[in-house]
Amino acid sequence: MITLNDLLVMLPELYLTAAACLVLLFDVFISDDQRDATHWVAIIVMLVGIFLVIRGQPDMTVTAFGGMFVRDHMAEILKVTVLIATILMFVMARPWLRDRKLFMGEFYSLSMFSVLGVMLLVSAGSLITVYLGLELFALPAYALVALNRESKLSSEAAIKFFVLGSLASGLLLFGMSLIYGATGTLDLHGIFAAAGTTAHPHLLQFGLVFLVVGIAFEFGAVPFHMWLPDVYEGAPTPIAMYISAVPKLAAVGLAYRLLEVGLGPFAHDWRIMLAIMAALSLVVGNVVAIAQKNFKRMLAYSTISHMGFVFLGLSNPTPEGYSAALFYAVCFALMETVAFGVILALARKGFECEMIDDLKGLNRRSPWFAGLMAIAMFSLAGIPPLWGFIAKVLVLKAAIDGGMLWLAIVAIICAIIGLFYYLRVIWVMYFEAPAEGVEPLQAKPDLALRGLLSINALGLIAMIFFSGPLLAWCRAAFGV
Amino acid sequence: MSDWPILSILTWLPCAGAILVLLAGDARPRVARWLTLAFTVITFALSLLMLSEYSAGPGGFQLQEMHRWIPGINSSYHLGVDGIAVALIVLTTFTTILVIGGAWQVIKDKVHQYMAAMLVLEGLLIGVFCAMDALLFYLFFEAILIPMFFLIGMWGGPRRVYATLKFFIYTFFGSIFFLIGLLYMYHRAGTFDLQTLWAFPFTMQEQSWLFFSFLIAFAVKTPMVPVHTWLPDAHVEAPTGGSVILAAIMLKVGTYGFIRFSLPITPDASQYFAWLVIVLSLIAIIYIGYVALVQPDMKKLVAYSSIAHMGFVTLGLFIVYMLARQQHDVQTAQLGVQGAVVQMVSHGFVSGALFTCIGVMYDRLHTREIAAYGGLAKVMPWFAAFWVLFAMANTGLPGTSGFVGEFMVILSSFTANPWIALFAAYSLIIGAGYTLYLIKRIVWGTAPTREAAAMPEINTREGLVLGAFAVAVLAMGVYPWPLMHLMDSSVAQLVTHLMTSKV
Repeated sequence: MITLNDLLVMLPELYLTAAACLVLLFDVFISDDQRDATHWVAIIVMLVGIFLVIRGQPDMTVTAFGGMFVRDHMAEILKVTVLIATILMFVMARPWLRDRKLFMGEFYSLSMFSVLGVMLLVSAGSLITVYLGLELFALPAYALVALNRESKLSSEAAIKFFVLGSLASGLLLFGMSLIYGATGTLDLHGIFAAAGTTAHPHLLQFGLVFLVVGIAFEFGAVPFHMWLPDVYEGAPTPIAMYISAVPKLAAVGLAYRLLEVGLGPFAHDWRIMLAIMAALSLVVGNVVAIAQKNFKRMLAYSTISHMGFVFLGLSNPTPEGYSAALFYAVCFALMETVAFGVILALARKGFECEMIDDLKGLNRRSPWFAGLMAIAMFSLAGIPPLWGFIAKVLVLKAAIDGGMLWLAIVAIICAIIGLFYYLRVIWVMYFEAPAEGVEPLQAKPDLALRGLLSINALGLIAMIFFSGPLLAWCRAAFGV
Repeated sequence: MSDWPILSILTWLPCAGAILVLLAGDARPRVARWLTLAFTVITFALSLLMLSEYSAGPGGFQLQEMHRWIPGINSSYHLGVDGIAVALIVLTTFTTILVIGGAWQVIKDKVHQYMAAMLVLEGLLIGVFCAMDALLFYLFFEAILIPMFFLIGMWGGPRRVYATLKFFIYTFFGSIFFLIGLLYMYHRAGTFDLQTLWAFPFTMQEQSWLFFSFLIAFAVKTPMVPVHTWLPDAHVEAPTGGSVILAAIMLKVGTYGFIRFSLPITPDASQYFAWLVIVLSLIAIIYIGYVALVQPDMKKLVAYSSIAHMGFVTLGLFIVYMLARQQHDVQTAQLGVQGAVVQMVSHGFVSGALFTCIGVMYDRLHTREIAAYGGLAKVMPWFAAFWVLFAMANTGLPGTSGFVGEFMVILSSFTANPWIALFAAYSLIIGAGYTLYLIKRIVWGTAPTREAAAMPEINTREGLVLGAFAVAVLAMGVYPWPLMHLMDSSVAQLVTHLMTSKV
């Protein structure tokens, strides 16, 4: 029996479902020249979504639909960040899409459905909702990667993403079925209760391994990272921006729901798996990134290494560890939007600004954007006083508190290795002159893009002063 | 007046100035220069105000400010200064003005960015000396790398990319182990507050690990042998202003770290491993002195001599344990620490002046080869006079600032162990050797080329900058009492703290 209360708890999601459908319909009835209307409507829809999420925020965890849907602080933080990241993508993508004649209504409705999937996923209270959310997120994302139908690279990336994504969701589904077999329930709290007393602990552990694989795939952690660089490289840049930020946030929610809420009693097993994958991701991500010449691929490998840092937090299964991981993911998402945003701002028709060498001498031609990119790079490298530094401190602290000093030291050494490729971007921009005969890079005159990108980047500096409240929010999400 | 957050103003005013200077843009270098000068002068004036607010008698940490920063991890924005910090802050603000003056017409490309980087650097360095929260200290300590990276990389010499990367990765490598140490301390003590950490009873084993995590960071920054190799490269490639800041202030950040972290937080481990630091210091003093002797490049020579001089600082700091703990000679132990700090300040003036001189010569002939110069006394008598004065200070001639610190350190190490004093004092000979040899080759004799013979005499601006350095060097050499008085109580408190074991 569905009550009004159930619907109220789900209000932001229900609203977004309706709004996404309306945007889809709205776009059908306007001509191509009026597409800006869709753009602004979509942004307003998302802003209202943020308002609804924050406004309806209950003081404690509430559930709906018999525990299938959970609304708690962690979900709220992730939803707000996902919505912000999507708004950033909408604003920054518009000039890029228009240049390439890809400025289509589908872009908006697909993104909104995908966001809806993430929102369901992070609020999941049962394995069914997890799976539902994951697929609802993933299917529009595959289509988005293939948005540029003319591009072979784009189609190839979409196919790769689709095949590997399906494989991962198959593995996840298999793991879920094993867990259902061992515990007899799909409800995450039910699994938690049954896990301690189950007659088939080995079956459960077997299922756990598959779940971890599915989660690792979402994160793009080594050794399930193969899809990431190709998708980053092949996907249209705004979509790559989306793929780099949003699924990582979703994955933190996914990991928390499945591993802690569902399989908390087996924390000892899964935290070792996460720690090993963290170490592998850190090493592979940072070392391979050095060899990249394509900026988007470099960012992909850097993402892999950052996921290692998120795992550092998760491998300490305490509220402190989770809040550190959550904080890191939020921070990471907002750093990636800056890095991609600068490329979006500099790319123009027939020139993607994808190679690191394309950025040569940027400081001479457009010092403001060079500065923004430098902020993003220093922040990703975790150098104070930027926001990425605080995030790194928190996850390192979580790992040390969790007794994984070795992992913290691996992370530190990898961070030093990683420094090299972040600094290379800066040195190319500041210390090298552009190649002869290259057209000067010029930023797009789009005011919204410039303004929002600047706010986003300067926020990475300003956040050092406001980390306290955000951290308090993240900690409150896990009851600290 | 005293309820003003003067330390915050000192830290952030230059950073705010940097933003204004950046807004001045590339097209208006004059505006950028004057704006920067105005900001550095105001900051200097404020630092003098701070000096007058600080009462040296009671010592301890004064002018404290404390705000919540990241409550989730118990880290606060906590500033405060003791006598040592006050001295180093005034050194910073003073030197920065001279650096700006020195770079006035020399930097022609992207003036606004250069000036902004300098201002940010100044603010961050002041922040390091004020920070009383370990995480805040680390934040400033690391953030210094960013403006320095740009300074060397954008206005540096031909191999600047190599030098910047080496510099950045070396120092980042060092300090990140420091971070692990900090996090471990937090894990145990539950706070980043320095005063709590000083009192926290770490076990011997913990202290040993922490000691090495600190040592790596500060040894790289100081720099101590064998992690000193980044310094000559960084110096050779850096523009003059960068070299001056690097030698005069940034190196002090490393030894200041020893004073703030290694000595008080891990006193027992520091005592146990003091021999290691002392041996490394002696190697720096003697071996690096010999290395300096054979350098054909002036900047490298002075860079190596900096490493040797910083050896005196670390020697003075760690000789304390032999004196205070084993021989219970607190008086002489204080002398050692005081000597180390005086040496830090003096080296700031002397090396800053020497690098400025080299910059002046480089502007005229565009080479740093010693062999390209000669007979400066004939063509640039004023300049030669300055050169000789600073060179004398570098060798530690009585009457100059260089003498005071070295003498105090040697005196206290003699009480601890005459052999150590013998080796340390030996450096006076080598120091005199390489400096006089340098002077002989460039100031006396005849000019090797026609260009060298036609070098124009220093102008008023350069004269003012060098004159200010000269006044500081002489004043400290003749009358060091104000400086010693300023930090007397602070040093006494530090040494008293060291006397008590934590285990």
